[in-house]
Order: sequence, then structure tokens, then C-alpha cells
Amino acid sequence: MLDKALSGSKKYGIWIGFLLLIMGGGFIAYLQQLDVGLGITGMSRDVSWGLYIAQFTFLVGVAAGGVMVVLPYYLHDYKTFGRITVLGEFLAIAALIMCLLFIVVDLGYPSRLFNVIIHFSPDSMLFWDMIVLNGYLFLNIVVGWNVLQAERNAVSYKKWVKYLAYFSIPWAVGIHTVTAFLYCGLPGRGFWLTAILAPRFLASAFAAGPALLIILALIVQKTTKFDPGDKAIDTLSKIVCYALITNVFFFLCEVFVVFYSQNPHHMETFQFLFQGVHGHDSLVPWMWGSMFLMGFGILFLVIPRLRTNRFLLPITCAMVFIGTWIDKGMGLITGGFNPTPLNHIAEYAPTGLEIMITLGVYAVGLLVLTLLFKIAVSVKEEVGA
Amino acid sequence: MKKSRRRFLKIAGVSALGLGAGSAVNVLASEVVKKENPAKSGKKASENSQFQKNPKTFTADRWAIVIDTRKLDKKKTEKIQKACHLNHNVPEIPEEKKEIKWIWTDKYYNVFPDKKNEYLAEKLDGLGILTLCNHCDNPPCVQACPTKATFQREDGIVIMDFHRCIGCRFCMAACPYGSRSFNFFNPRPHIDDVNPDFPTRQKGVVEKCNLCAERLAEGKAPYCVEASDGAISYGDLEDPDSSVRRLLKSNFTIRRRPALGTMPCVYYIV
Repeated sequence: MLDKALSGSKKYGIWIGFLLLIMGGGFIAYLQQLDVGLGITGMSRDVSWGLYIAQFTFLVGVAAGGVMVVLPYYLHDYKTFGRITVLGEFLAIAALIMCLLFIVVDLGYPSRLFNVIIHFSPDSMLFWDMIVLNGYLFLNIVVGWNVLQAERNAVSYKKWVKYLAYFSIPWAVGIHTVTAFLYCGLPGRGFWLTAILAPRFLASAFAAGPALLIILALIVQKTTKFDPGDKAIDTLSKIVCYALITNVFFFLCEVFVVFYSQNPHHMETFQFLFQGVHGHDSLVPWMWGSMFLMGFGILFLVIPRLRTNRFLLPITCAMVFIGTWIDKGMGLITGGFNPTPLNHIAEYAPTGLEIMITLGVYAVGLLVLTLLFKIAVSVKEEVGA
Repeated sequence: MKKSRRRFLKIAGVSALGLGAGSAVNVLASEVVKKENPAKSGKKASENSQFQKNPKTFTADRWAIVIDTRKLDKKKTEKIQKACHLNHNVPEIPEEKKEIKWIWTDKYYNVFPDKKNEYLAEKLDGLGILTLCNHCDNPPCVQACPTKATFQREDGIVIMDFHRCIGCRFCMAACPYGSRSFNFFNPRPHIDDVNPDFPTRQKGVVEKCNLCAERLAEGKAPYCVEASDGAISYGDLEDPDSSVRRLLKSNFTIRRRPALGTMPCVYYIV
């Protein structure tokens, strides 16, 4: 089936070329980082994780979000999702590849990467994260590929594939839970030290992943002969709606606990993010922007007339995606490091090179996504024709 | 042509055999080492091994430090920091946000943010309190490290293998004291006078105070203790007659963020 990715329209070629160009730019920036060190980034002694780990955390959510189509289809035999299940699985693959790349570009000494395996340390949550992420990647590749191949050959897929698909459902919950455990098990970081972090991660993941999937399905609907189905898109938008409401609800629970208890350290992080502390307020517009995007996202998704409006829906989904991206990306990471252990406020802003490397990784992910979607859509066009 | 191919196969075969034999020898060798391993045979290292422990080595069940802030001022703390940083090849990074420090000072409320009283004793106002790795008995950084590059020795010292660290900085997120620094750049151009007796680091690894493990191994006091004119004491926390235990008995001491359960081993007399 791989050959399907190699031929396409002129527009397809231009798009691939564009992605390769961005990848090249990112690669050159990464060579600079390898040469100089992580000093080329905006990270510091106090904010020791930045844009890369923020993207990693967010994209684990996008990958886990794929389960929102896999679960209804395989577990409840929800046929409407039959057409887009493979798109969800392929989105998860692309997101996971980006996650792994973001971890690698974040390492200070990437050539020692395999020390994580050679000197494996089960006490460390990073060890478990490596296992669940790679395992989920493997599951999605095997399931997605086999199901698509069976569809192409007009046979039903093998039974073991279905069992693997079942297996991938709790596994999806697992990847985001373990990713939350990276943060919420650290005693000294009040903003992260909350049992609701993993549930909150999952809620925002189940909003962001399907929101992106809707946008992708609409693009596929518009640009190819394959129709993912209006009903599937409608159902997905309801899923995004409830997941987003849950995410905001969890966030508000956190706000209540912090401000009603009046715990000064926990309050200070929220004040830093939403008001600014001692003039350090660079994240304030971002955080309010995130709240605004998620709030209006809920409004546009709850009202049926607005939710089913095909012009508004992709805009709403983009709002949800960006809103959760700010919330779980920069807000979560920089917020978690503030106030610092020595009770200072340390701001963080990524540098140009850091942004370029980040875009490069996104380009890799989009390339993988494009190729996989091209294969899937070509097979579906072929079967449908 | 045919001949040379046969020749190639022959050489390849012999080489493969050689490799196999090599690993067989290795297995034998490791057997011998295993037999000689004193930890397994239960004999003392000095009886059996060609490597002997330096008899002068200072040992303890659990190392601890007591800092008497009453005896310190700006001049003294600067001297202490200099002694540590110069001897440990700690680079002077011009960009403050990315600097590397093993021991330094901050204000009282910054070192002890959970001890916020509305009105602070005058003598503490503006005083620089020394801060360094706490060598926690229950260290979150060791738990977080995915490669065991950061580990805890039996005597309690939390120490790093700079050659194993992958630079993921998970330990920096885990440390509740901000005691860890990361080499954002190659540190070597930023060291004016390299001490050849202590390793310099490479870019991309984390580092922190090692409680002068290299000094203790030679039967010498840590640099900070030596430079402190008696303001910093070190000793065995498990030994009731040690200098630190005597100080803890006769003085009221505090530790940084004890509520977190990390059990820091650096005590402060204020």
C-alpha cells in the first residue's frame, strides 16, 4: 500500500515539498543546538523545560485522543466511525512520532539516549513513559495497517487485530496517565502536585485530539473523493464538546481548591499565570486567551445550530485546539516551575531557533500524517470506486 | 574472483570465530572477577582485592551538614562559594539565567519560603543564607532519574555520574530546592583556572554539589567546611558523638521544606 503515498496531484507534491523545506530548516537549527548546546533555547536554570516538553505533553494528548473513535467503533460496534477509525489511528501514529522527537530534541546529551534502556530505572516515571509511548505507537501501526489492508482486499480483518484494538483502548488512557505522572508525583511543584492532573490531561486530550480529527476529516471531505461521513463528524463534535466541558470543569475545581484554601504557594502560580506577579506577566494574555478560546468553544459546541454549522465547525475546532494547546503547553510547564523553589518568578520565552526546531518536528509529524492519510484515502477511494 | 570470495568467507569465518572466542574469554574473565568480588564472597576488600580502600578515608553512615548562619557574613559566604566553585571547576556562565552553581546565597525568605513571618528578626534581614544540595535521605531527584546517573550512596551522599546523564533534566524538575544546574553550554571555556584533580563537565549534563565525596575519600573536609572558619560543620548523623549531632543537640536548627518528606541532611542554626 505504501506506493499510494508516492503518487499524487501537483498540490500534493507542493505540500510535501513545503513540509520538507520546514523540516530542513528545523534540522539546520537542530545542528546549531547540537553544536552550542541547549543554551540556544530560552530555557533556564529555573524553567528547565520549555517549548519542547510542552509540545510533547500536548501531543501525547492528541495521540490518546484517537481512542475516542477507536473505542465506540471496536467496543460498541458504532459503525458510523468505521470510516474514520483508521484516520484516528494514523493521527495517533503521527502524534506519537512527534512526541518521541520532542523528547530527543530536548535531551542535553542525545547520543546517550539509550542509557534509558541500558541502565533502565523503573523508579523513574520517564522509564514507564518510554514503554507506554512506544507500545502505543506499535499497537496503532499494527492495528491501523492491518485493518486498512483488509479493507483494501475486501476481507474482514483477522481476529487478533481486534483484540489488539481492544488492548489499545486502556493503553491510550495509560499513555496520558503516565505522562501526567511525570509531573504530579514531584513533591516540590505545587501546580503539578494534584491528583486531578491525569484526569485533566485526559479531558483536554479527548477534546484536542478529536477536534483536530474533525478538521482533518473536513479537509479529506473537501479535497478527496472519500467522504468520512457527516454523521461521524457530528458525533465527534459532540465528543469534543463534552470533553472540553469536563476539562474546564476540572480546571475550575483546581481554581476553587487553590483560592478557597488560600494556600499562598499554590495561589501564586495562578496569580503569575492570570494576573502577573511583580510585573512578570508575559503569560497573562496567553492564559486569558486560552480561557476565552475554550469558553467560546464550549458555547459554539453546546448550541446545536452552531455545532452543526459546517462553516463554523472547523473554526470552533481550531479554537479548541489552540486553547487546550496553550493551557496544557506553555501554561502547564512554565506555571509548574513558578514560583521557583527559591520563591522567585522566572519567566520563559522560546527563542527563534527553538521555535524553528519545534516547527521542524511538527513538519515531520505532518509529513507522516499526510503520507498515512494519503494511503488511507487512496485505499478508501479505490474500494469505494 | 571465485578464489577471492572464498578467501573472504574464510577470513570472515575466522574473524567470527575469533569474536566468539573473545567473548568466551570475557565470560571466563567475568567469572574470575565475580569470584573475587568481596561483596559476594563476604570477605573484606583489603584481604582479597588488589584495590584497597584508602585507610585515611572518612566514612559515615549518613553524612550531614550544619550551617551556623550566625557566624557567616557576605565576605565569608563569598569565600566559601569561591573555594567550592574553583576546586570543582564550576564554570562562570555570563548569562545569569543559565548559570551553574553548587553553593550560593539567597535571602532568608527565599531559602525558607514556608517560614514566612510578617516581621523578620532584624539580623536575618538582608543576610545571605547559604544554599546547596540537601543530600536528602529520601531524594526525589534519584527517583526521577531515568538512567540512575543520579544515585544515593550508602553514606547518604546524593551524587552524579556525569558520564551517564542524558540531560533530560527530570531531576531539576524533581528537586524542590533548586539545587541542580544544567550545562546549557560547553562549560570549559568558562573556567579560568582548571583544577586538574577534578573532572570538568561537558555540555548537556546536569551537575550539583557532591558533598566533596572526592575530598572525604582522601580523609579531607569538604571545601565549604574548610573555608568557613568553623561556621559549617559536617559529620555522621547516625553517630551520637559526632560534631553535627552535638550541634543539633545544643542548638535549635531548621531545615528547608521538611514538610515535603525529602528529609534534607543540611541543617541551619539561625
